[in-house]
Amino acid sequence: MSQEVTKEFNIDTVENAAATPDVELPWAELGLKDNEFAEIVKILGRRPTAAELAMYSVMWSEHCSYKSTKNHLRQFGAKVTEEMKKDLMVGMGENAGVTDLGDGWAVTFKIESHNSPSYVEPYQGAATGIGGIVRDIISMGARPIAVMDPLRFGAIDHEDSQRVVHGVVSGIGGYGNSLGLPNIGGETVFDPIYQGNPLVNALAVGALRHEDLRLANASGVGNKVVLFGARTGGDGIGGASVLASESFDDTKPSKRPAVQVGDPFAEKVLIECCLELFKASLVEGIQDLGAAGISCATSELASNGEGGMQVELTDVLLRDSTLTPGEILMSESQERMMAVVTPENVEAFEAVMAKWNVEYSWLGEVTDTDRLIITWKGEVIVDVDPKTVAHDGPVYDRPYARPEWQDALQADTFKSSSAGQNLPATGDDLKAAVLELIASPNMCDKSWITNQYDRYVGGNTALAAPDDSGVVRIDESTGLGVAIATDANGRYTFLDPYAGAQLALAESYRNVATSGAIPAAVSDCLNYGSPEDPAVMWQLAEGIRGLSDACMVLGVPVTGGNVSLYNQTGDKPIHPTPVVATLGKFDDVARRTPSGWREEADGQAIYLIGTTKDELDGSEFANLRGHLGGVPPVVDLEAEKELGAILINASRDGMIDAAHDLSEGGLAAALTEMVLRFGVGARVALDEIKERDGIDSFTALFSESQARALVAVPRSEEVRFKDMTSARGVTVARLGIVDAQSGSLEIQGEFTASVDELREANEGTMKKYFG
Amino acid sequence: MSTELPLIGDYSAPSNELSGARIGVVTFPGTLDDRDAARAVRAAGAEAVSLWHADTDLQDVDAVVIPGGFSYGDYLRAGAISRFAPMMAKIADAANSDAKLPVLGICNGFQILTESHLLPGSMIKNDHLKFICRDQLLRVENNQTAWTNGFEAGQEITIVLKNQDGQYVADEKTLDELEAENRIAFSYVGWNPNGSRRSIAGVSNKAGNVVGLMPHPEHAIEVGFGPDARGTDGLTFFTSVLTHLVGGKK
Repeated sequence: MSQEVTKEFNIDTVENAAATPDVELPWAELGLKDNEFAEIVKILGRRPTAAELAMYSVMWSEHCSYKSTKNHLRQFGAKVTEEMKKDLMVGMGENAGVTDLGDGWAVTFKIESHNSPSYVEPYQGAATGIGGIVRDIISMGARPIAVMDPLRFGAIDHEDSQRVVHGVVSGIGGYGNSLGLPNIGGETVFDPIYQGNPLVNALAVGALRHEDLRLANASGVGNKVVLFGARTGGDGIGGASVLASESFDDTKPSKRPAVQVGDPFAEKVLIECCLELFKASLVEGIQDLGAAGISCATSELASNGEGGMQVELTDVLLRDSTLTPGEILMSESQERMMAVVTPENVEAFEAVMAKWNVEYSWLGEVTDTDRLIITWKGEVIVDVDPKTVAHDGPVYDRPYARPEWQDALQADTFKSSSAGQNLPATGDDLKAAVLELIASPNMCDKSWITNQYDRYVGGNTALAAPDDSGVVRIDESTGLGVAIATDANGRYTFLDPYAGAQLALAESYRNVATSGAIPAAVSDCLNYGSPEDPAVMWQLAEGIRGLSDACMVLGVPVTGGNVSLYNQTGDKPIHPTPVVATLGKFDDVARRTPSGWREEADGQAIYLIGTTKDELDGSEFANLRGHLGGVPPVVDLEAEKELGAILINASRDGMIDAAHDLSEGGLAAALTEMVLRFGVGARVALDEIKERDGIDSFTALFSESQARALVAVPRSEEVRFKDMTSARGVTVARLGIVDAQSGSLEIQGEFTASVDELREANEGTMKKYFG
Repeated sequence: MSTELPLIGDYSAPSNELSGARIGVVTFPGTLDDRDAARAVRAAGAEAVSLWHADTDLQDVDAVVIPGGFSYGDYLRAGAISRFAPMMAKIADAANSDAKLPVLGICNGFQILTESHLLPGSMIKNDHLKFICRDQLLRVENNQTAWTNGFEAGQEITIVLKNQDGQYVADEKTLDELEAENRIAFSYVGWNPNGSRRSIAGVSNKAGNVVGLMPHPEHAIEVGFGPDARGTDGLTFFTSVLTHLVGGKK
C-alpha cells in the first residue's frame, strides 16, 4: 500500500466530523486534558477534525498558551507607570517588545528558552534556540544585531555534562556564527540541580528605524498569504507542546524525533531576504514559524488582523510527501516565515525570493469572515474562529502554597552550619580560598566557551563577555547603541523566590549601568519546575510578583519574554531560575566602561562603592562548601538606583576608566576579574571597610552584599568623583591603587598573588574538563 | 514608510572618498563580513561597491575584497560552491589579466580563492576541531604585495582570527616554493591557532596582486571595535591597496 493512500485515508473533513460525532480522537495523547477537549467541542459545536485537534492541542499547550501563568504575568502589564511607558513602542504580547532609542531608532529584544530540546539533543536544541529567537526579532521589522546565551548545566564533573556542554556550545556557535551575529555575552552556571534539566536560554536584539516596525497581523481583505523559507518536514512535530509542557521521566521513550533540526545557512539567507522585503515595503504583516508552526502563524496572523484567512494546505512545500494535514499544521521545521502581501506586490516579492533563491508558496488570502478556513484539495478540514485557537486557550489558577520546608531552609544559615565553621582567617588561608573561588566551575574563566563564538562580526561590538554587559553600536555616525546583560541566581531564588527574582533584576540592571548605559527595558525568561506542584507554583507566583514590583521601583518595563515550565526530573524541580535581561541605552557607546583597568591606568585609585554586610547565605563561597540555606542578600532597589546613577554619570563625565559590579563571589571575584581583564595588578587594603562595616577580612572578600561596584578613578578625577558620591549620599571607600609594575594583586596585610598565579587558577578549569 | 533610510552599515552610507578608488566587496549567499569589509574600504578612504555573486559586471572596480562568512553554509567544502559563481569567473580573469586586478580574500574569501586556484593550498578543519575567535598576533612576511606594502617586513600585527576550517595545508613542494618565492604573506606568531602548515596565515600569488589570509583585517580598523589591544593594524591592508593603485610601492 503506498504512502499516498495512507495520507488520503487520514483526511478528516469538517463535513465528516459533523457526521461522525462519536469517532475516538487521540486528544489525551496530544496533551489535552478532558476539560480542554470538552471546551473545544463546545466552541466548535461538534467534534474537531483531526487537523483542528492538532491545532488546538499545540496552541493550547503550556508553552504556547501560558495557561498556568497568564493570570500572574498580567502584573507585568499592570505595574507600569506612565513614565515607564514613555519609550515603549510595542509592549508584551507581540513577537518582541520595542523600545524607542531616539534619533528615529528603536531597539527590539527578547529572551527565550530552549531547555528541553537542548537536553534531548544538545547541538540541535541549542542551535534552533538561536534560530527561533532571531526570527522573532526579524518579525518586528528589525535587523538582528547581536545574540547572548545564559546557560545552566549540571555538575561540571558529571559524565553527561560532557555531552551536554560540548553539544550546546558547539550548537550555539555552529548556528550563531553562521548568521553573522556577534555573541556578546551570557552566563554559565554549573549546578547538579540542572543535571537532567539544563537551561539553554537565548537572547537576540535587533535595531530598526521607527517607520520599519512590523506587526504580526493579516490585514487587507484579498491580500495574499505566503509561506517562504525552508520546506516543511516531519521534524519537531509536537516539539513545543510535548517537550516543553511535561517533565522528563525515565519511563518514557526517547523524544529525539521531536527536536527540530537547524539549517543556519537557510536562516542567514532568510534574514537578508526579509530585510530586503522590509526595505522595499513588500509585506503588510509577517510572522515567524516557531512553536506550533503553521497552526500558530495562521491563527495569530488571522486573529490579529481582519479576522479571517483562507488557506489551501496542499500548497505547502514539503520535505516529506507523506505528512498528514495534522502533521503539516504542527511541524516545527525551522527557517520558515509567513507573510501577508498585497496583490500589487506579489511580483516584486517573487523577485526578492528569486534573488536569494528562497522557496515560497502562496497558500491563500485574507478574508473578513472571522473564520480561519484550511482546505485540503478544496475540502474544508479546518473551520475555526482563529481567536479561539490563538488567544482563548484555557487559563488556570493553579493552586500554590509556600512549602513547609521553606522555614527550615531559611533557618539553616551558612554560619550556623557545620560547613560555615573554621572559615579562612589567615592570609595564607584567604589566598587559598580566593584561588579556589576563581577556579570553581561557576567563577572560572569561560573563554573556552566564548572563544567558540564570533564576537566581532558586524564591526559594532564595543564590549562583550567577560565585560559586565555586551555593548553594540547601532548608528555609526553618532555612536548610538545599547548594552545588554542577563543574570539570574537560582540559589538565591530557591532561598527566597520573591527576593531572588528581584536580585536577578538588580544584578542585570547594575551590570548595564556599570558599563555606562541607562537601563531602559527588561525581558525575562522564567525557568521553573512543574506548575502542577503547588510549591513550584508558589515559587513562580512569588517570582513574578517580585520581579514586577522591582521593575516598578527601578522604572524599567518588562517588554516581553518567555516562561519555561516543567523543568524537573521526576518530582525534583530545578531551582527557580528567572533569567532577567536588562537593556540599556547609550547615546554614544564610545563612553562605555570596560570591566578592568589597562596598563595606562597605573596609579589610578580603586574605589568600592556601597557597603558590605555579613551576607554569605547562598553565596558562591557557601556553595563551594556544599551549603545552601539561609536567606539571600538583602535587596535594596533604591541603593541600586543610586549606584546606577553614579556609574552612568561617572561614565558620561569621564570620571572612571574601569568598573565592575560585585555579585557572585563578592569583592574577591570582582578584584581578581578586574586584574585579569587586561593582566594589570593592583594593591588594596581592606582595613577601612572592615572597620566601617564591622566585618572581618573573610566577609569583606566573600560576602555578596548587593548594590556595590568597584571603579578605577584617575587621580585628576578623584575630587569630582568623591563630591558626586557624597552629594548622593552613597558610601565609598578608597581601597588602593592600580599597580602596573607589580604584576600581582596584593591585599595588604593578608596576601599577594601574582597575575600568573591568578590566571592559571582562573583559566585552567574549563580546559581541564572540556579539553 | 521611507525606503531611503539605510540599513545598518549598508553600503549606501556615505564614504569620505579621498582617493577616488572603487573597491568591490562581493556578497555570496551566506557571506557575513561584507558590511565590515565595506566599512574598512570606506575607512581607508575609498568607495565600497557592492558586487553580487550572480552578476557578471565588475562595475569598473579598481580592486576586490572577497569577505568572510559561511557561503552556502560551508556544507560542502568551504568555498567549493562559491568558486563557480559568475562573479568569480570575472574576478579570476581580471586578476590574471595584464591589469592584475588586486584581490584580497579574507577567511571564507581565502578559501574561495584557493578553490578558484588563484592561490595554492587549501584549508581543512582546525586541528583542535573547534571554532576559534581570538585576537591573533601575525608577522608580515612579505610587504611587497598589493595589500601589504604599507607594513614593514617582519612587522608584528594584531588582528582578529575567527574560523572553523582554518588549517592551511599544501604539499611539501608547494610549501617550499611558497617560501622560496617569498609568497608567504603572513604567519602566526606565538601559538599556531589551527595547525596550519609552517604556521602560514596568508599567501599571495606570484604577481602579488592576489592575497588571501584566514584572519580578519576588517575587524581591526577602528579603535574600540576590534581587538582588546585597540590597534588598527587591519586598516593598513586597505590603505596599502590604495597606495598600490596610485602607483606607489608595489
